Amino acid sequence: MVHWTEKERTIITGIFSHMDYEDIGPKALSRCLIVYPWTQRHFSCFGNLYNAEAIMGNANVAAHGIKVLHGLDRGVKNMDNIVATYAELSILHSEKLHVDPDNFKLLSDCITIVVAAKMGHAFTGETQAAFQKFLAVVVSALGKQYH
Amino acid sequence: MLSNQEKMLIVQIWERLTPVAEEIGADALLRMFACFPGSKTYFSHLDISRGSPHLLSLGKKIVLALAEGSKDISQLTVTLAPLQIMHAYQLRIDPTNFKLLSHCMLVALSCHMRDDFTAVAHAAMDKYLSAFAAVLAEKYR
Repeated sequence: MVHWTEKERTIITGIFSHMDYEDIGPKALSRCLIVYPWTQRHFSCFGNLYNAEAIMGNANVAAHGIKVLHGLDRGVKNMDNIVATYAELSILHSEKLHVDPDNFKLLSDCITIVVAAKMGHAFTGETQAAFQKFLAVVVSALGKQYH
Repeated sequence: MLSNQEKMLIVQIWERLTPVAEEIGADALLRMFACFPGSKTYFSHLDISRGSPHLLSLGKKIVLALAEGSKDISQLTVTLAPLQIMHAYQLRIDPTNFKLLSHCMLVALSCHMRDDFTAVAHAAMDKYLSAFAAVLAEKYR
């Protein structure tokens, strides 16, 4: 089980309570598809992903980005039981979607950078450390049921 | 693989940041020390607390090296030769740490440049930092 300090809990719940999902979700996913183009392999049915402009204007990408970001909510609500919280999603990503777990890290890095741009210097080193710790735990949980 | 447009973007960004090299470099380092405490082990002989002269000087050196390298990316192996030798034989920093600092540098850029740090700029910069790190580690073995 992961140990969270009070400070870390406050930082993480604070970020998500102020999160503009409709803004951050699309930006994070489209950034992942642009910066790490090989991740597009899972989205061939999303339509035009030909270049950065197309990706950023793609409604399917935007909708999916919001969905994925909301997927983190359950982790925020169950910080003391993240592995169990994501067990079902882990099986889904492994057995149905066939997503390489390394991709979770790529997306989480993009989420971090988009949140950093939004928060500016309020995204301190301490904030980054707590946020990244949370994302790393979620990423690990999502990879747990792969075999 | 960097397109000409990406190379230009990278040069422009580092030109813009050279006047605040100390600030950006120190910020990236502090983020790395906060998020990846193992990286601190290489600096036990320095004062790396916020605002310390050691931290600011180190941050400035790193950013200026990145800026210098960006001016002719095809010549990175030549430009970085002295730094390659230093990191391989003297500092011997495990190259996985280069990835950690690169990530924190991207976060620092994002906090500083906000919406100007577009997805396209991010992609270009990530590629540049990866190439820089790879060249830096070339003489390790």
